[in-house]
Amino acid sequence: MDLKKRLHILKRKYKYKKMAPAFNALHTFLYLPDETTHNGTHIKAADDLKRTMNIVIMAMVPCLLFGMFNAGYQHYIALGEIEAVSGGFFSSEFWTLDNFLVGLVKILPLVIVSYGVGLAIEFLFAVIKKHEVEEGYLVTGMLVPLIVPVDIPLWMLAVAVAFGVVIGKEVFGGTGMNILNPALTIRAFLFFAYPTWMSGDKVWVHGAVERDQAIAAGQNLDAISGETILGSLAQGKEAGYEVMDMFLGFIPGSVGETSTLLIILGGLFLVFTKIGSWRIMLSSVVGAIIMGLIFNQVAASGWITDSSKFYGLMSAPFWEHLIIGGFAFGTVFMATDPVTASQTNKGKWIYGFLVGFISIMIRVFNPAYPEGVMLAILLMNVFAPTIDHYVVQGNVKKRMKRLKVKTA
Amino acid sequence: MSNDIRIKKGLDIKLIGEAEKAVERAIISNYCTIRPEDFHSVIPKLVAKEGTTVKAGGVLFFDKSKEVVKFVSPVSGKVVEVVRGPKRRIDAIKIEADKTQVFEDYGKCDIEGLSPEEIKAHLLASGCWPFVKQRPYDVIANPEKSPKAIFISGYASAPLAADLDFTLQGKEAELQAAITALGKLTEGKVHVSVGKDANSPLSNLKGITLHKVSGPHPSGNVGTQINRIDPVNKGEVVWTVAPQDLVIIGELLLTGKFNAERIVALVGSAVEKPRYFKTLAGSEVSTIIYDKGLSKKSNARIISGNVLSGKEIRPDGALDYYSNVISIIPEGDDYELFGWNKPVFNKISTSRALTFSWLTPNKKYDLNTNTNGEHRAFVTTGTYEEVFPLDIYPMQILKACMYKDLDEMEALGMYEVAPEDFALTEFVCVSKQPHQKIIREGLDLMLKEIG
Repeated sequence: MDLKKRLHILKRKYKYKKMAPAFNALHTFLYLPDETTHNGTHIKAADDLKRTMNIVIMAMVPCLLFGMFNAGYQHYIALGEIEAVSGGFFSSEFWTLDNFLVGLVKILPLVIVSYGVGLAIEFLFAVIKKHEVEEGYLVTGMLVPLIVPVDIPLWMLAVAVAFGVVIGKEVFGGTGMNILNPALTIRAFLFFAYPTWMSGDKVWVHGAVERDQAIAAGQNLDAISGETILGSLAQGKEAGYEVMDMFLGFIPGSVGETSTLLIILGGLFLVFTKIGSWRIMLSSVVGAIIMGLIFNQVAASGWITDSSKFYGLMSAPFWEHLIIGGFAFGTVFMATDPVTASQTNKGKWIYGFLVGFISIMIRVFNPAYPEGVMLAILLMNVFAPTIDHYVVQGNVKKRMKRLKVKTA
Repeated sequence: MSNDIRIKKGLDIKLIGEAEKAVERAIISNYCTIRPEDFHSVIPKLVAKEGTTVKAGGVLFFDKSKEVVKFVSPVSGKVVEVVRGPKRRIDAIKIEADKTQVFEDYGKCDIEGLSPEEIKAHLLASGCWPFVKQRPYDVIANPEKSPKAIFISGYASAPLAADLDFTLQGKEAELQAAITALGKLTEGKVHVSVGKDANSPLSNLKGITLHKVSGPHPSGNVGTQINRIDPVNKGEVVWTVAPQDLVIIGELLLTGKFNAERIVALVGSAVEKPRYFKTLAGSEVSTIIYDKGLSKKSNARIISGNVLSGKEIRPDGALDYYSNVISIIPEGDDYELFGWNKPVFNKISTSRALTFSWLTPNKKYDLNTNTNGEHRAFVTTGTYEEVFPLDIYPMQILKACMYKDLDEMEALGMYEVAPEDFALTEFVCVSKQPHQKIIREGLDLMLKEIG
């Protein structure tokens, strides 16, 4: 008897039992189910939620792999053991096994903890609430390791994931019902609960915190640090990196968000497959550019002096904002989450624009933590239903008007 | 003023098994089955009890809530069985057909000389009224209300639909009679739509406003056309009649006979030689489907109607009262290893998520009844809008139906829609939600609460 038949018999056996959702989740991973249509359309299109989520994960894999190399690269470069990249994207200093192994050892556990804890909670809720395990967490679980600092302790990540999945999603009814993006809820929890692990100049490079502790214990070592570009700019310093390095991603930052190039490729893939909303991505970039230009104008016209603590970020050229920090990653992978974004096409334009606009605004006006993408997207998640409401009301009003013309 | 309707949003689902343009006379069915469920929201009150004989056009039952609406038998014969379900609900009425058919004579009509009330009474008494449907609610028209317009779609854009230009050939006289009569029942216009380049018998009729339709499905759905031409507002009623039913109405007016004969297309990839048949409403499908059609061993789904909105029937079932298509497609009750992530070439998709139907827009597909995934909550957005040409927000109205907010349903345009308008959104739905069922239940709720 082959596997297909055996599993089919098991599925029958588990039907109506408590463990059915858990079994089905695993079964449907292996086999597209034998379910047929009943009433309604007798044929269905090829796409299902698993396929949709899978495409998003595929778009993120290059970012993950790059993040692994970059973790090692930033580590060794901070130790002074290797030279900075010189030959563009395919620099031999970057794509080395040593770099990759550092990243693999640090980042693979993040991925495993993120998926392990998150999926365990999803399965638990599915069994308790007797519904199928929905696929939403497949993307969230991949996003989370990409948007945290590389050295974050695993227990913190586990706590945050548990919080994010339960409070961010399950209390609202699970996938499709949540108001806030679960991955960003997890990151926001980390940010507010463990701020020392989420900002500053020590957390972005593997080994920096450890080295600090060693020095504090009296060892005679050089401190290593890795300030993000936003951090440097917020303190009025020079960015310290070539523009090309920022674009290609050879800079410190959260695990997977540094390479704007790969994020753009992922974004194009999402737009091409029609899974990601090009409306949100485009309008978010436009919003960011406009806010950036406004700040540039403010700095250029001398309304603030270079002694102002906002000067560094305000005077950074507007386009630089697009390639530093988490802006690109947030725009492509987080703002476009269909559940928490605006759901109407018109609403998506407004929502995306405001995400970009507010991201840069918060980034500049918050020198203590110079990044605004996370908060901007969470804020707009809250406002997305309101935007949709007004867009839909436009349609309703048109209908009312038609009725009035008729009856008048 | 141009009356053309150009639809941009939508999706033509191209399937294998289109009917060849040749008509055969089907074997005469021994039994004729009428299922009251075909007449949505009608509670039947039986007139012809088990054992009585009826003529073709003789009354079988009437609607309990609107007693003037009579439902008649397509054949003459003996009522052999009344199949009842729970609470003695009538599920089906089975009539054994006589060898020689006798027709009830309703008398020839001088259409021009009749008043609207006389025409209405005539159609009600002769069993032709159930062919007149109304929006809102997509049910049989309420004879007490006068419609603001009548809509007839002579353009079939659904997958594997019967070609109306072909099936209506030579029926101009009947169509004209029916339209003249129905035209008297409305103060508004009679809107008739035909395909853009079609040579339709409907194009040259008198007393109509002609619209030429182009674009992908659902351009041929009457709901799409109403939305473009003259949308239904609160308190208004429009009527819709399918052209093949106009022929029956026309024949009754001209000859006095209720002749439920129609040309039915047998289509689908499981049919060996798809073609047209002349048969009666309510006939057993076994008289049609096996001759150069379905092989008896094959595992196939038989649908009375098209693959998007038709009803599943068993091989011993009968053609329903309204359909002019029988579609047969393979069942999809099998597993597919890694079917959710491997590249897909043999199924239709509007995305490009490793689905490649966008590469071959003219390819004809052999789709089966597999759902291609499990039922989920609504997640993706923007997919429905791509295939939904009505000026309505599809996901919002579906959700309003699910949480039963009558005010919101009304505001979002529930008076304008029928379940079939949501067939394409259901087809493309990533979450595999039953859109047509949700809309039908929403309409039923409104009908009950608001009326």
